[in-house]
Amino acid sequence: MTRKQRRLTLIGVAGCVLAVALGLVLYAMNDTIVFFNSPADIQAKSVQPGTRIRLGGLVKEGSVQRGADQQITFEVMDAEATIKVNYKGLLPDLFREGQGVVAEGILESPSAFRADSVLAKHDENYMPREVADTLKKQGHWQGEADASPKTQ
Amino acid sequence: MIVEAGHFALALALGLSLIQFLVPLWGARANDPVLMAVAPASALAVFACIAFSFLALTFAYLNSDFSVLNVFQNSHSAKPLIYKISGVWGNHEGSMLLWVLILALFGAVVAISRNSIPMRLQANTLAVQAAVTIAFLLFILTTSNPFTRVVPAPLEGQDLNPLLQDPGLAIHPPLLYIGYVGFSISFAFACAALIDGRIDAVWARIVRPWTLGAWAFLTLGIAMGSYWAYYELGWGGWWFWDPVENASLMPWLAGTALVHSTVVMEKRDALKVWTILLAILTFSLSLLGTFLVRSGVLTSVHSFAVDPERGTFILGILILFIGGSLALFAWRAPMLRQGGLFAPVSREGALVVNNLFLATACATVFIGTLYPLALEVMTGDKISVGAPFFNFTFLPLIVPLLLLLPLGQTLAWKRGNFLGTAQRLYAVFGISILATMVLFAFSYGGPVAAPLGIGLGVYLVLGSLNEIVTRSWSKGTPLSAAWRKARGLPRSAWGTALAHAGVGLTVIGIAATAWGIEAIGSLKVGERLKGGDYEVRLERVIPRVEANYREDAAVLTVFRSGHEIGTIETMKRLYVTRGMPTTEAGILTIGLGQVYASIGDAQPDGSVGIRLYHKPLVLLIWIGSLVMAIGGGISLTDRRLRIGAPAPAKTMPSAAVPAE
Repeated sequence: MTRKQRRLTLIGVAGCVLAVALGLVLYAMNDTIVFFNSPADIQAKSVQPGTRIRLGGLVKEGSVQRGADQQITFEVMDAEATIKVNYKGLLPDLFREGQGVVAEGILESPSAFRADSVLAKHDENYMPREVADTLKKQGHWQGEADASPKTQ
Repeated sequence: MIVEAGHFALALALGLSLIQFLVPLWGARANDPVLMAVAPASALAVFACIAFSFLALTFAYLNSDFSVLNVFQNSHSAKPLIYKISGVWGNHEGSMLLWVLILALFGAVVAISRNSIPMRLQANTLAVQAAVTIAFLLFILTTSNPFTRVVPAPLEGQDLNPLLQDPGLAIHPPLLYIGYVGFSISFAFACAALIDGRIDAVWARIVRPWTLGAWAFLTLGIAMGSYWAYYELGWGGWWFWDPVENASLMPWLAGTALVHSTVVMEKRDALKVWTILLAILTFSLSLLGTFLVRSGVLTSVHSFAVDPERGTFILGILILFIGGSLALFAWRAPMLRQGGLFAPVSREGALVVNNLFLATACATVFIGTLYPLALEVMTGDKISVGAPFFNFTFLPLIVPLLLLLPLGQTLAWKRGNFLGTAQRLYAVFGISILATMVLFAFSYGGPVAAPLGIGLGVYLVLGSLNEIVTRSWSKGTPLSAAWRKARGLPRSAWGTALAHAGVGLTVIGIAATAWGIEAIGSLKVGERLKGGDYEVRLERVIPRVEANYREDAAVLTVFRSGHEIGTIETMKRLYVTRGMPTTEAGILTIGLGQVYASIGDAQPDGSVGIRLYHKPLVLLIWIGSLVMAIGGGISLTDRRLRIGAPAPAKTMPSAAVPAE
């Protein structure tokens, strides 16, 4: 092979691999990406039942019900809407009524959601960023209490 | 007082770094050995100052000096000693201090290895290293000062985030940082070569051990982080394709490519420009990782405090160094003398394919990690790119690479013979296919991915070791002679074989997760939960009170096929100071597999939620990573690297022999 042919082989192989990778990425972008929605978004955007989404909001006070075998239902709300969530599994340590939560799963009907994972917060101050943004937008954000004393 | 001295030492280090940056650069330009000699001296001084500063902060932690804001926010007098020490870097300010400490440490090591590095190269390298140090010292001093005082001093601290109160914190961040920051040396060497406008095989020989060392530490750091998340978070997962994990995976992939491309450069004096670019990209990805984790654009256990000012500052550093080094590359790289081309079917050809796949895989991870951030900025839509995306894009790029790996390792340099190579691997092919079929038959009806993946892993392990066997043994050789010959092989051959076998072990571990079993239920005392062949019985729930937490521990007896094989304890803890609950998983190791149980909430009827997993061969995931890192370490002790490069580059052959 001449120098030129070799260079062309290399460029050809690299081009093929990159093209395959690009194809995979574009296809996966269409297929595997999950949108984040608040309960109000679901109604506003009329998200189709059967869609896989991330649902974020506050856990409604008094809505958590525990059934047999770790079947759990609770309601996720924001300022405008409420959605009932079904989940089977262990709840994260910092799951509490009145606190922010993000659940991933399938929207079964405009007001019911089946979660296959409920995301944990990593510490007690952490409000999922998406939830905080939504609440700020709706004007219901009180801010987190600043526990640290004044620095000099 | 010591705290103020620590603060002062940090500022002094900044001044010394300025000297380390300017004087050697000028010296290299003017070819003045006296000015160039400032580089190693100042690098050592910078290291001494930062080390003192780090010790001062550690001292404040050990004494629970809550008049220091950082100590107050992240420590507690009742905290065990090990977490007082590791708590130093269990927060934003302290972890950045550890970052520059390691940066300065690498600079100091380059400074003391003056005999093996040409003076000009050393001066330029340390100058570039100083530039990075300056940027991060400025960042710490202006936005993240760990020595800020509180008046009046509180009596008690706020305690460390309980998730971080684990021996993992003592190991994971230092290992990871040595890896991340270690790539700064490859970066500095690359920039130095560009500044000098000269690069050759000697450069590659000097840079390779640094890259290899950083790579081995990064491998350990990632594996340790993965195991920590696995046992601490209580979800039984070991990799979540979380952006923070991806932030460490990207430099690892680029670094793996770099380790391989420097081999080509060293042996064949080719791929120069690409290697330089890769060195720049690898460290750029390390910086990007630091930005993603530390700036607060992602919320996770790693982003200690969200402060927009810090994010902007790190973004500035990111743009300055990535932009600056790429501009330098665009300006100077065309002046570098191109190396020879080579045959597509050859060891170097295979290594090019390796680089191609690794770089492309790295790019897909990059897109998946940054696309949601970019989309949110541009359209405001919030999306999550999770495991399905990465499984779909990353695996199809990595699997062909793994299939080609043993072939590439067996190919000869310069001119390989594909058929001849394949023949040397006949036995390996045969055994792997047989293993796959046997496993498939035994697990018939189960997931197909497991036998296929394990087959691939077996192929990788055998294919890697085959190289050692065929190089030391042929038909009729007595075993003792073969053993002598194998021991006489270069350490780098053993290192390569081990590292690649480690990849195989990890692949086996990952594939076997497809056989994992998960069960969930609410148990009262005496009740049982069954998952596959395994079963647990809840014996009792014991409340306990410890120094800084109280817990309810569920004691479970584990049965396999009805026979008792052990007990495990899983705890729900409440850390009193922060009022934060955590779950501690209970793990029983059986061979290479594990039975893993975690406790959920107590139910109104007195039962507790229990999640039970059986994870066959799961330990191989981390053992494999450990073997990879050991392989890297053995390569580092190769004679070729220990002895050092012949000093003057003039004596190198002026033109590479074309590979015909």
